[in-house]
Amino acid sequence: MSLDVLSPGGHAGGHHSDDAYEPVFTGETLSRLQTLFGRYPTKQACLLPALWMVQENRGWISQQAIGEVAAVLDLTPAYVKGVVTFYTMYHTHPVGRHFIQVCTTSPCGLCGAEDTLRALLRETGCGEMGTTSADGRFTVIEVECLGACGFPTPILVDDTDFIENVTPERISEILSRYP
Amino acid sequence: MGYPHPSHEQENVVLSKYFGDAGARSLDGWVQRGGYEGLKKALGMTPEAVIEEVKASGLRGRGGAGFPTGLKWSFMPKGDGKAHYLVCNADESEPGTFKDREIMRWTPHALLEGCAIGAYAIGAETCYIYIRGEFTEPWRVMTAAVEEAYAKGALGPNAFGSGKRIDMILHRGAGAYICGEETALMNSIEGKRGNPRIKPPFPAQAGLFALPTTINNVETLAAVPQILMRGSAWYKSLCLGNPKSTGTKLISVCGHVQRPGNYEITMGTPMKALIYDMCGGMRPGRTLKAVIPGGSSVPIMNVAEVEGCVMDYEGIVAAGSMLGSGGMIVMDDTTDMVYQIWRLAKFYAHESCAQCTQCREGTAWTTRVLERILAGKGREADFQLLFDLADNMTGKTICVLSDSCAAPVVSGIQKFRGEFEAYMSGTRHPTAAGV
Repeated sequence: MSLDVLSPGGHAGGHHSDDAYEPVFTGETLSRLQTLFGRYPTKQACLLPALWMVQENRGWISQQAIGEVAAVLDLTPAYVKGVVTFYTMYHTHPVGRHFIQVCTTSPCGLCGAEDTLRALLRETGCGEMGTTSADGRFTVIEVECLGACGFPTPILVDDTDFIENVTPERISEILSRYP
Repeated sequence: MGYPHPSHEQENVVLSKYFGDAGARSLDGWVQRGGYEGLKKALGMTPEAVIEEVKASGLRGRGGAGFPTGLKWSFMPKGDGKAHYLVCNADESEPGTFKDREIMRWTPHALLEGCAIGAYAIGAETCYIYIRGEFTEPWRVMTAAVEEAYAKGALGPNAFGSGKRIDMILHRGAGAYICGEETALMNSIEGKRGNPRIKPPFPAQAGLFALPTTINNVETLAAVPQILMRGSAWYKSLCLGNPKSTGTKLISVCGHVQRPGNYEITMGTPMKALIYDMCGGMRPGRTLKAVIPGGSSVPIMNVAEVEGCVMDYEGIVAAGSMLGSGGMIVMDDTTDMVYQIWRLAKFYAHESCAQCTQCREGTAWTTRVLERILAGKGREADFQLLFDLADNMTGKTICVLSDSCAAPVVSGIQKFRGEFEAYMSGTRHPTAAGV
C-alpha cells in the first residue's frame, strides 16, 4: 500500500503502488456521480452511491479505491474506510465471479434455509462460507434477513439477482445460470 | 390480497388490491386505477387541512412504533424559512416482515403519491426514499417509476401542475438492519456509519442534514392517498371495535403455515382467523406452538395467548406482545424453541452497531450463553444470567436494538422454560449451533 492512500485527500491518480490503479471515476461514471452531487446538499451524502459505483465496476472496494472515493468527495480515506466496513454488502476483499448471499435468519431457518446453505456450499465447491471456490467462480456467505420471509429461502446473487424459494433441489439449475 | 395467493374473503383489500398486477406499475396504469386522485385533492387543500384529514383518519405508523401519522406531521415547524425533508423508510429488514417490498414491487406510484402528499403537508420540496441494498427488484421498479414521473412532469419543479416543487430521490442502503432506525437511516443518507443518534433533538427539529425532517414507513405513506381520496371517516370506520387502531394492516405471515404471504386485514381481526382461515393453518399433522406477531423484536406468544387475540395495536399488547411491523412468524410443534431463540439473538448480535456497551456486549454474550445451552453445557444459573443481561439491555441504550434482542429471550424462557431445562439436564441431545 502506498502512503498517499493514507494521507487526507491524497489524490487517487498519484499512487506508486505495485499494482497500477485505474481510477473508477472517469468518463461516464464520473458524470453519473456529478449528477448525484446536485441531489444532496453535501458531497459526503454521495458516499454510499459512490461506493456502489466502485463495487459495480471492480467487484470489490480496494484500499486504492477508498483513496480515490475520498479524494473525489473531499473526505479522508480513514473516514471512508470506516463507512465501508460498517455496511455488510461492500466487499473489502476480492470475491468470486458470482457472489451469493443466503438468508438463514429465523423465518427462513424454520423452513430449511440451513440445508439450502449447506447444499450451496457443497455444489459451488466453496466448502465454507466466505471462501471462493478453486475455479474462482463462486463465493457464498450467510446473511441476515433478506426481507422475503414468506418465500424461503431467498438468495441474492451478484448484488442484482434476487431469487426466491430456493431449495437444495433447485440449486444446480440456478448455478448453471452463472458461468 | 394474500399475495402470492388469491385474495381471501376475510381480507380487506385496499393497499394490496393490485399486487401481482404488472399494469399498475406505470404512471398511466396507476392513473387508470384511480391513482393520483388523492394527490390532486391534497394539492387543492391547505397543508394544515391535509394534516387534519390524516389526523382524523386515525392512521398510525406502520413501521413498528404505531405513532399517529398526522400528529407526527404536525410537529414540523411552520414558517421557519428552512428546507424541510420527508424521508421514506424503505429499509424493511425486520425478520418476518416483507410487505413494503410488495408495495414497491407492484404499486410504486402509490408510494410516490403518498410521499408527494406527505411532502406537501410538511412543507418539504425533497423526499428521500431509502431502500435497503438487498431489495434489487423494488429498486428497479421504483427507479423506473421515478423516471417516468419526472418525464411526465408529475414530479419536479411543477408537480402535477401545482406550481409546487416536489423532488424524489432514491437512496440505496448497503446492508445494515440498524439503518431501519430513523436516526441511523438519516446518518446513512448523509454518508455516515449507520449509528443511531441520541434524541432529542427529534427529527422534526433537527433531522436529515440537521434540518426539520419527518420520516415515515412505506406502508404508512402508501395508505395516505386512500385517506385523501376516500375521506378520513371511511378510513376511521375500518376497525372492528377499537377506535384507537383504524384502517387496514398488511400482515406478512411466514414460517410453518400452509400459505405464507401478505394478508391485508381490517384492524381488530382475530389472530386465529388469520392463521387458520386465511393462511390455511398449520402443515398437515402439525399443531401451533408459538407466534412472533410483529417482527422478531416483539415478545413470543404461546398458544394460549393466540387464543382470543385480536390483531390491532392494543389487542396484541393485551395478549402480551406487540403488533410492531406486522411480520408474523408462526412456529409449529416441530420447532426447537431454544435453537430459534439462539438464532434470533445471533441476528441482533450481528446487527448491533456497537455504539452502546450494553448492546454490543449484551447481544454477543446472550448469544454465547444460548450456544452453551444448546451444546448441553448449560446450567440452572444461566436463566438468571440471561435475565440480568436482558435487564441491562432494556431501556438503557440509544436505540431499541438491544431491547429487541431481550424481548424474545425473556419471553422465550418464561414460556418455554422446559425446553431449556431439557438441554441442561441432558434429556435433549446437544445441537450444533449454525451451519
